[in-house]
Amino acid sequence: MQNISKKKLIKIALVGQPNVGKSMLVNSISNSRLKVGNFSGVTVEKTQIEFEYKDYLFKITDLPGSYALNEYTIEEKVTKNYLEDANYDIILNVLDSTNLERNLYLTSELLALDKKMVLALNMTDEATNEGISIDEAQLSKIIGKPCVKTSAKNKTGINDLIETLIIKFESAKFESKLIFSDVIEEEIINITKLLTDKRYKSDVNYREIAIKLLKEDKKTFLKFHDEPIWIELQPQLSDAFDHIYLHFGTKNLEDIFEDEKFAFAKGAVTETVKSRKETEEKTVTEKIDSLLIHKFFGLPIFLFLMWGLFQITFELGNIPMDIIDAFFATLIDSTKEILGDNEISSVIADGAIAGVGAVILFLPNIVILFFGIALLETTGYMSRVAFLLDGFFHKFGLHGKSFIPLVTGFGCSVPAYMAARTLKNDRDRLLTLFIIGFMSCGARLPIYVLFTGAFFGGDNAGNILFLIYIGGALLGLVAAKVLKMTVFKSEDEPFVMEMPKYRMPSTKLIWHTVSNQAWMYLKKAGTYILAASVLIWFASNYPKHLDYEEQIDRKIEVATSEEEKFELKSELALYNLENSYLGKVGKFSEPLFAPLGFDWKMTIALETGLAAKEIVVSTLGILYGLGDELDETSEGLIEKIRNNIPFASAIAFIVFVMIYLPCLAASMVFAREAGGWKYLAYLFVFTTTTAWVLSFIAYNVTIFLIT
Amino acid sequence: MFLSELQKGECGKIIKINTDSVLKARFSSFGIRRGSIAYIIEQTMSKNTIEIRIQNTKIAIRISEAKTIEVEKSECKI
Repeated sequence: MQNISKKKLIKIALVGQPNVGKSMLVNSISNSRLKVGNFSGVTVEKTQIEFEYKDYLFKITDLPGSYALNEYTIEEKVTKNYLEDANYDIILNVLDSTNLERNLYLTSELLALDKKMVLALNMTDEATNEGISIDEAQLSKIIGKPCVKTSAKNKTGINDLIETLIIKFESAKFESKLIFSDVIEEEIINITKLLTDKRYKSDVNYREIAIKLLKEDKKTFLKFHDEPIWIELQPQLSDAFDHIYLHFGTKNLEDIFEDEKFAFAKGAVTETVKSRKETEEKTVTEKIDSLLIHKFFGLPIFLFLMWGLFQITFELGNIPMDIIDAFFATLIDSTKEILGDNEISSVIADGAIAGVGAVILFLPNIVILFFGIALLETTGYMSRVAFLLDGFFHKFGLHGKSFIPLVTGFGCSVPAYMAARTLKNDRDRLLTLFIIGFMSCGARLPIYVLFTGAFFGGDNAGNILFLIYIGGALLGLVAAKVLKMTVFKSEDEPFVMEMPKYRMPSTKLIWHTVSNQAWMYLKKAGTYILAASVLIWFASNYPKHLDYEEQIDRKIEVATSEEEKFELKSELALYNLENSYLGKVGKFSEPLFAPLGFDWKMTIALETGLAAKEIVVSTLGILYGLGDELDETSEGLIEKIRNNIPFASAIAFIVFVMIYLPCLAASMVFAREAGGWKYLAYLFVFTTTTAWVLSFIAYNVTIFLIT
Repeated sequence: MFLSELQKGECGKIIKINTDSVLKARFSSFGIRRGSIAYIIEQTMSKNTIEIRIQNTKIAIRISEAKTIEVEKSECKI
């Protein structure tokens, strides 16, 4: 057995711009000998991969893709902070060989960090296809860092890369040199010369000082201000600035140094990259794009693809659903059989298994949906959709990318909240998270079916159902507008987004993404649901009222007809529920909902609906005097609802259900994705208030209309 | 003239960018900078968003942002 502690640990920070094939490279490097662990941060994740090679233990931290080292998005912030503060040995900079110049811009910023660095020129295969050839030896000389050609797709150059990393690790670090244009280099030399002549004492090397002075670094100036050398330095600097300003035609030093980074990238590319003269022929991406983002066909094609995805999600997802449902039903029954009729068996079967089972039930839909979304994302189509929809969404204060989570919300809010991660900007993401709930999820369907069935004729019910869904979505857009104008008031987030090349997704990567998401869903929603289910079970079963139970039991014994027994049982169930903690809460909060025309039973149904919308129907069923085993198709329930609930209250109820919090699991996921419990509190207040106000209006308008 | 005024299929050489340094830095990391030549690939129907190409990078940009980019019309080399 090899002892890990004897191996030398090499810590590597993996950096690159988005869409350079970083994840694929990691997959290839650590192929089959890896331990992949996801260490999720609050909102974005950096992945850590460990593997052994010869006498070394590699620990690679895969940082989120960044175009530059600024703090434009959360992901770039994570990357920047890690590179500046974390402890690592080597930076592995991955570049897209087909787009070297832009990629080198990031490299020039990385050079300024002055760390050991290795460059992987990835996607060599694509570059070769496009007729681009790169002289990597020359590039290594210019940058002063080793460059290795790799292709993650064809797995070439991977071993070279690992060996190069080892050599780099073992060799001594020498100063990173970022070469500037002649003018600036000249001034740097002038300043260093002065410093050398004066034998100025400093821990930092002269070149660094000179660069900082030229960049107008305040700290450096402050330091020099009190030194005797300042007398001589000042005129020199003044001349230097004049020279530079004259040359660049601007006095904005930020702009000038920005230009320098480009000059560096451009210079490096002109010296090392040869590209065959570009042909007139359109590239594959351009051909696909001319159709997919077409002025007129673009949107219909997109809508069709989305429609297809949702058809598959719900049609295909429903096939294993029945099996899972049956499995949990038998599991509950057999648990009760084995453990007998007691409290423990009830909490395990009716609480834990039933609750967790309800979540697992949706797993097939979620896997299919995430598969579809992963496919859209990895092929590069998602950016096209954002491009097509940004104009429309922008009118409502939303970002083009908000679309995917919103559409996902029609299926289930849990994956929708997770899908909102594709939004880079904090406020845009929060705004989107806040209105996802307006897209009525699948779990609300039973309630709508029940109520529309009870109050509208058969033909009309379908139309009303459609109206509810569309109405919810429109309300969501309006809510977004209102939130944008009040709470999330901010300057419009600029929309500048790369449209990556279309690429065939790697099956491995898709599998990795989908299985990872599925596992997270099971693990996180599963644990939350487990806790919640037990809690709800407890609240609706306690406290016990033994005397009353005995009293009823005696009555049941003497009861003559089955009907009478059934009536008595329902009475007991009703009494127990009414006097359980849950029931007490319902009674207590009844006055709050009285203006909406809700009685205490409807109030409880809404409150249990906070746990999961499916519970609303069965709660209503119990409360309106039927046994258990209820679903929306039972004729009796529809009848009871129609007889017990006034029409106006029913309308108000539907409106309330449309808007308020989706369910406990979704709320938990929301809090996690939004980044804090306080946001859940805001969401609760926002959705409940909106729901209350709109239902109040709906209630009164309906009353006005029917009288 | 501004980038927002170019029509589909036209090219413009960027001469000035009038925006804050944050967005400017973002622009430049995409290659949108002084001296670059932008080619207009497509506009959406409502003309709210355009797709441009600079070198090998395709970028979607909102018209309001395109209005901050000053260009002069130029020949398309490709």
